[in-house]
Amino acid sequence: MSELRFLIFLGCITPYRLSSYEISARKVLGKLGVELVEMPEFNCCGFPMDLINHDLMLTLAARNLCIAEKQGLDILTLCNGCFSVLNETNKILEEDKKLNEKINGYLKEIGMEFKGTTNVKHLVHVLVEDVGIERIKDCVKKPLTNFRVAQHGGCHIVRPVKYVDHGDDPENPTMLKNLIRLTGAECLDYMDEAECCGNPVIGVNEAVPFQMAKEKLEHIRSVKAQALITVCPYCHIMYDLNQPRIERTFNEKFGIPVLHYTQLLGLAMGFTAEELAMKELRVKPTELLSQIQ
Amino acid sequence: MIFYVKPKSLFNYHTLIQFSVIGVKITLMGTNEMSEKEEYVPIVIKAEELDPKFKYEMSKIPGAENLMVCYQCGTCTADCPISRFSEFYRPRKIARMVQLGLKDRLLSDDALWLCSTCFTCVDHCPQGVEIAGIVRALRNLVVKERQMMPLVSKELATSILKSGYALILGATYEFPKSKLKKREMLSLPSLPKPNLPDLKKIFKVTGTSELLEKTKVFERVES
Repeated sequence: MSELRFLIFLGCITPYRLSSYEISARKVLGKLGVELVEMPEFNCCGFPMDLINHDLMLTLAARNLCIAEKQGLDILTLCNGCFSVLNETNKILEEDKKLNEKINGYLKEIGMEFKGTTNVKHLVHVLVEDVGIERIKDCVKKPLTNFRVAQHGGCHIVRPVKYVDHGDDPENPTMLKNLIRLTGAECLDYMDEAECCGNPVIGVNEAVPFQMAKEKLEHIRSVKAQALITVCPYCHIMYDLNQPRIERTFNEKFGIPVLHYTQLLGLAMGFTAEELAMKELRVKPTELLSQIQ
Repeated sequence: MIFYVKPKSLFNYHTLIQFSVIGVKITLMGTNEMSEKEEYVPIVIKAEELDPKFKYEMSKIPGAENLMVCYQCGTCTADCPISRFSEFYRPRKIARMVQLGLKDRLLSDDALWLCSTCFTCVDHCPQGVEIAGIVRALRNLVVKERQMMPLVSKELATSILKSGYALILGATYEFPKSKLKKREMLSLPSLPKPNLPDLKKIFKVTGTSELLEKTKVFERVES
């Protein structure tokens, strides 16, 4: 079991606003035999800085990569954004010698050097590739056979294809769907499943992301899904924390609970709703939970 | 802006398509299509507005290297989730404006800030143009040359510099004690600490500290 050791990169938004994701992820990964090592030091992955200074983003990401290299461990992220920039930086700095020199020049100032000896994986990739379908199956004790859910994996665990090489098809992503099916739940198809949540724009414009999210919630409602399953804190915030505001803006009622995948898997493993911090969800999954047999 | 065209001037159709990709709405004027309120405002791009070197400068920026091979097929705009709901954000238009060298217009275009970086355009481009990379390069240029950035970005940058975390933490830039206490109660491991001296150096050497001092902010952009 000891081969499953990862450096956990929590990111900023998960510990600050979505402890339900962290709590359920730690429970589920623990049961699956994944050992999580805490980051000895941390700074933001760099994702929100890309728009003001690309070099800053690369350096912030590279600093975290250097820490992982020193620990001799691969990084596991819970957030699509963190995965995206850490993974992209890891690959770009290996490919682009000029950029590598430039960023390593910056890192020299803080006594670090990027070598390119670590790998970056998102939770979904670790579950599918490292833990493996069989081990997850073995841990499912209470299959959620009467659950009918929809999934939203988010963009950055599949795009851009140039840097994300985990074999999932961005036009028709199936990794998360297959993981959901392992819990016994039915995973429904719906229109425009792979469409972006729009959250990165919300800081400067709410109208567009709200319309995008409203349309997505409509598509999910139209297939009568009882819940939406996410694996990214940004997507989760868009559909769960912002759902009441979206409902008010468009004078619509959705009432679609949004669960982290780790919560769904946790239920199937036999953890209680309380242990998985279900209380912290804004849209209460009361009806869904009442179906657990 | 709307560009009204009388049917007889249709011989000019080819030129008009060139205009349409840089954002002029073209309406074919029938006998009574032009309402009384609307004015006849032709859009003219003056030759002196074009910066012929701009496309070469842009091509040197990581991510924007392939901009020259964009042949304006419009796949990026057609597949862009933002373009569906925004009147102004058109990735194809941005690529064309870069090629034409309309630097000033681009750097003052609010629509630049509407890209959600979903990378659909990057994956779908038949020419391998990284549209999202071009948009990022342009945003970086706005910050550097026009000294403007979104308020939220300035807040987050300051937060990273002072706390390590990219969060809107208020004036103290401290991770709230209540949240740290809650972690203890839930027996979650304590949060990893930032290395503030290192962050200060990184912000300095990448030129970000200077940018933060100089830049003014804007809060919202129209869609």
